[in-house]
Amino acid sequence: MNEFVFLYRTGESAMSPEQIQQTLPKWAAWFQALSGKGCIVDRGQPLQRSGKLVSKTVTDGPFAEAKDVIGGYTLIRAGDIAEATELAKGCPVIERGGYVEVRPVMKLDM
Amino acid sequence: MTEPVEHLFRREAGRITATLVRIFGLRNLALAEDVVQEAFCRALEVWPFKGAPDDPAAWLMATAKNCARDALRRARTANRASPELAEALGSEWSLAPTIEELFAPHEVRDDLLRMMFSCCHPRLPETAQVALVLHILCGFSTEEVAAAFIKSHLAMEKRIARAKKTLAGAGTLFNISSPQDFGARLGTVHRALYLLFNEGYHSSSRDTAVSAQLCTEARHLTSLLLGHPLGRTPATYALAALMAFNLARLQARLDTAGDLLALADQDRTKWDRGKIDEGLKLLELSAGGVDLSSYHIEAAIASLHTTAPSLAATDWPTIISLYDTLLSICATPVVALNRAIAIAQAHGPERGLEAVHAIADRDRLARYPFYSATLGELELRREHGERAREHFEAALALTRNSTERRFIERRIRACSDVRPQLGKPVA
Repeated sequence: MNEFVFLYRTGESAMSPEQIQQTLPKWAAWFQALSGKGCIVDRGQPLQRSGKLVSKTVTDGPFAEAKDVIGGYTLIRAGDIAEATELAKGCPVIERGGYVEVRPVMKLDM
Repeated sequence: MTEPVEHLFRREAGRITATLVRIFGLRNLALAEDVVQEAFCRALEVWPFKGAPDDPAAWLMATAKNCARDALRRARTANRASPELAEALGSEWSLAPTIEELFAPHEVRDDLLRMMFSCCHPRLPETAQVALVLHILCGFSTEEVAAAFIKSHLAMEKRIARAKKTLAGAGTLFNISSPQDFGARLGTVHRALYLLFNEGYHSSSRDTAVSAQLCTEARHLTSLLLGHPLGRTPATYALAALMAFNLARLQARLDTAGDLLALADQDRTKWDRGKIDEGLKLLELSAGGVDLSSYHIEAAIASLHTTAPSLAATDWPTIISLYDTLLSICATPVVALNRAIAIAQAHGPERGLEAVHAIADRDRLARYPFYSATLGELELRREHGERAREHFEAALALTRNSTERRFIERRIRACSDVRPQLGKPVA
């Protein structure tokens, strides 16, 4: 078994209150399906949209208005990247024009 | 995770927007909408991980308050506060408590009324008023409003944008504490709510679920009016009664396949007794004044329909005389057509047809599918199958959605069951 991080990148398209309400149970169902398959290592956390960008200088960011902001993450267990990708496909963030970034956790078995 | 009640987000969006507009001022309506969007999106980001809160409405409102506070802090100088509240919202020590006060339940209720009356600006066409009410107060996106009214999204977006400009041009929100102003605008508000309800009830929309929501929203807004001392007028009670009687029959108008049923074919045991009783109570309360509105008469007619044990045992003579009165208040060809149908019920199809032909401006009904359908129905009832079929086919060409279409098609099939009449002239 390998571990993967799902990074939820929120889309830009505006949703109506009704659409938002109807998307919520889809998240619950999606997480439930993942945990039913024993795929969740850590459900993860939502992230605030604003923070600091630290390089040689410190600036505010990413900005609330920016697209592709990471909205949260989950730690997943799957056989390989293909299986992890398959699991990510049903994520409701996609409906909002966003996407799931699937990143294998690097194995250090030296 | 327990699920929030149906359409909770939509309704909360209306409540929160109304209060935010009071805080930011009418000219910053777009900012208020952005803040609502921001707060609601936060629910979408947080709830999947943390689960839905115990009180979703309170969570959304608290989040919106925080977002509003941030928006005001971000740009102190950008005229983001309403002029009347600029001072209280401008200083850090009074900002939070002021916002807290403005979100108190009775304030939010009044904000909804202020917004409702503002949306019914007399300079706006009725269609724009109704669209605006649905968009701002009921939390429908422009796309959802367009779908409900079967308009293109682009056309509706333009209509709503234009209406918002007029709204912002009014400068300040409607003052609901002035009895004179309140009374002067109330009729326009009634009319908008009546149109909103009818849009749902007569279901020119394809989607029956959406139609029912329009009715429920109109009823909800009417009950908000009844919650205010100045809104609690006989006409408001009558309007609420009319809505209750029609809501009682809403589900029974469709069969299990979702097809429209004629009054004669509806299962009366499926009518909602609770709503009928509510309607009767409201109708009684509407009798408290001297003014007789069209809503009074329409509610009285609806009450006779909903309390009758069967179509035959309906008090048609009283219904006819109520239509006579209604015609004297608002002489529209649709009212006259409904009167003709009542006459046919009481005195037979021939008298009904005479009444239809006597409608003064019936050319205005030319595009109305139920005008031809009525002629078809009356011809069918006097067993003129061929003539009935012609009328129904004309009606079919005018139908506005699949529900209406299936209804008329079934009536056309019924025409084949009538044998040709002896002595009928051969065409």
